[in-house]
Amino acid sequence: MVEKTIGKTKDDSNSLDNKLIVSLSPHIRSDESVRGIMGDVIIALIPAMIASIYYFGFNAFKLILITTISAVCAEAFIQKLFKKPIRVNDLSAVVTGILLALNLPAGAPWWMAVFGAFFGIIVIKEFFGGIGSNFMNPALGARAALVASWPSLMATYTFPDAVSSATPLQILKEGSGSLPTIQQMFIGNIGGVIGETSAALLLIGGVYLVIRKVIDWKVPTIYIGTTALMLLLLGVDNSQIIYHILGGGLMLGAIFMATDYSSSPVTSKGKIIFAIGCGLLTALFRVKGNLPEGVTYAILIMNVASPLIEKLTKPKVFGEVK
Amino acid sequence: MDLGKLTFKGGASIPEFKELTSKNPVEVLKSPKIVYIPLHQHSGSPCEPLVNVGDVVKIGQKIGSSNAFVSSSIHSSVSGVVKEISTIYTPTGIKSKCVVIENDGMDEMIESIKERSLEYYKREEIISTLKEMGIVGMGGASFPTHVKFSPPEDKKIDILIINGAECEPYITADHRLMLENTKDIVSGIKVAMKALNTEKAYIGIEDNKPDAIEAMKKELAGEKNIEVAILKTKYPQGDEKRIIDAITNRKVPLGGLPMDVGCVVSNVATIKAINDAILKGKPLYERIVTVTGSVNNPKNLLVRIGTPIEDLIEACGGFKGKPGKIIIGGPMMGIAQFDLKTPIVKGSNGVLVQALDEIKNEEVLPCIKCGKCIDVCPSRLEPLFISSYSLKDNYSKCDELNALACVECGACSYICPAKRPLAESIKIAKREITAKRKKS
Repeated sequence: MVEKTIGKTKDDSNSLDNKLIVSLSPHIRSDESVRGIMGDVIIALIPAMIASIYYFGFNAFKLILITTISAVCAEAFIQKLFKKPIRVNDLSAVVTGILLALNLPAGAPWWMAVFGAFFGIIVIKEFFGGIGSNFMNPALGARAALVASWPSLMATYTFPDAVSSATPLQILKEGSGSLPTIQQMFIGNIGGVIGETSAALLLIGGVYLVIRKVIDWKVPTIYIGTTALMLLLLGVDNSQIIYHILGGGLMLGAIFMATDYSSSPVTSKGKIIFAIGCGLLTALFRVKGNLPEGVTYAILIMNVASPLIEKLTKPKVFGEVK
Repeated sequence: MDLGKLTFKGGASIPEFKELTSKNPVEVLKSPKIVYIPLHQHSGSPCEPLVNVGDVVKIGQKIGSSNAFVSSSIHSSVSGVVKEISTIYTPTGIKSKCVVIENDGMDEMIESIKERSLEYYKREEIISTLKEMGIVGMGGASFPTHVKFSPPEDKKIDILIINGAECEPYITADHRLMLENTKDIVSGIKVAMKALNTEKAYIGIEDNKPDAIEAMKKELAGEKNIEVAILKTKYPQGDEKRIIDAITNRKVPLGGLPMDVGCVVSNVATIKAINDAILKGKPLYERIVTVTGSVNNPKNLLVRIGTPIEDLIEACGGFKGKPGKIIIGGPMMGIAQFDLKTPIVKGSNGVLVQALDEIKNEEVLPCIKCGKCIDVCPSRLEPLFISSYSLKDNYSKCDELNALACVECGACSYICPAKRPLAESIKIAKREITAKRKKS
């Protein structure tokens, strides 16, 4: 007597070919979307992009454009090749492209930008399963590859007027040259990769991401805090700490790279351990390492440690007695 | 003890849509021409029919019973003639025997329905009467109340929690009940306290129902042992273990029951049914159902058990637009129905119609590991991992990750930006794990 289709309803026009949709609950979904989250990250990066274009001029604009287009093309190409659905409209490749550009010096040649984008998307992201499965941050991985391949090109920081300038951290490391003012450090106009120039505008982006609940405020805060503390422990002078915090890739890395979903632990305790680890390593590399900068390798190493951290920080199930 | 803004860790805030019906007083739905009363409306053993085709029955007459302890009697909700003993799918998808009764429209009550005062009852007598009167949990799982009220000797129940949270979006049946039957609820709480031999009771209500909180507080003025606990509006605040946590700060152990921490939780509608059964001699044959969503006039209706859902929809002015899904219960935990003849049972608190054009069929994307599902899980599980194992049929791994602690609230699927079927796949894993455990 029970039929799989509904009988005639009173008003026949109201029936859906006499069939109803059946599925498991829940029957409503939030407005959250992958595209929306990536869109938020892009919005948060706009102030930093404006700063980079303002201080480094057309070169910065060109780099952002090249890496973004290359990243999207690389993703579409490899997904087509792997016969996977083409999902460039989730905007994740755009985020990778922008982040990569922000991690390049203004004078980087176009082919290096293209290579970096292809390497990041194809080797680091898609070879390991694509969005959500990559164990490293694609933009940072690409930067590391570029630094390893063309170390001098990646360490030549030029302004639009072709004046090359040392970064504040280089000046600190070598102990020669004149440091910019703290105000400059905060607002911008310092040597370095194009994205790290203005701490203030990076922070605005970070606050936006926290408000939009895209990232956990604890990660960048703990990362930066740990770095400062560790630097002090390693004997760095009080007066230099502020240069370490505002200079180099720390702000950019802490806000936009260490909070990458895929390559950091998914548990909230794990995220904290991850941030502490990043901070310790950054300080250690900056003080004891050969290079003035340490953020890239600190985050990459913690990326690799993430699965382990995740395993060790499984949340205690409600009512579980251990 | 501060009894305001109580809550638990995790959960999600979900648009409520309760304004569709929260101001509509309960209307009595005309009894239908034919009722389809399933004999399996509760957790536990199904009932066997006590009537034959052709028998004349009255309202409240027992038409099904079982000797099993975990079961509850079934009563006729109309007066009339038994037309058929057939088989039907209940709203929960159980295939059950069903007594089909043609209503004679006389609404004749069975003679035994008469008032009785609580003092004349012994504790054991209340418990046995609850089974006789067919009282089961009316908040969802339909667990027989007499079983819940009979904890083993060594489990002393010192707190009774009345669940008036009603955290499911859209549903307002309990809200209206608390406003319109406040007295019955209070006297029902006293019956339940006597049955459980419990000194203390709290009625937990989410703070999105200030009028219900006010009404209950007013009615409870002067009662020392029954208090209103105001809960933060958050899904799934009404989940049994979460409401115990919020109000008493006691954590039901993993795999345990509320009685393990000295608590019993009963829904407000159940308490009203207990009151009616014990003090008025009225078995459970009708309940309040919120009919809402894409119907022309959303309403709260008092419905006889066994009324087909099409009658409810008709009483609410019919479908608004093309119907896509018809859900018994709320949008988070309710069950989509395939047949408009499916009857309302004791556990049906709502009928939600979703129009075809409001059902988004969104593409499932790869997990981006944002961790939002972990943040909202009231059981503090890791839905993304359990789900991925479940989708690969690796159920023993799901078991290791405590899939069975999932309460199927659906918050993870709701929040997921990649629109992954998290709760859906975990439910499947739970079923497989339970089936395997039964076998071995």
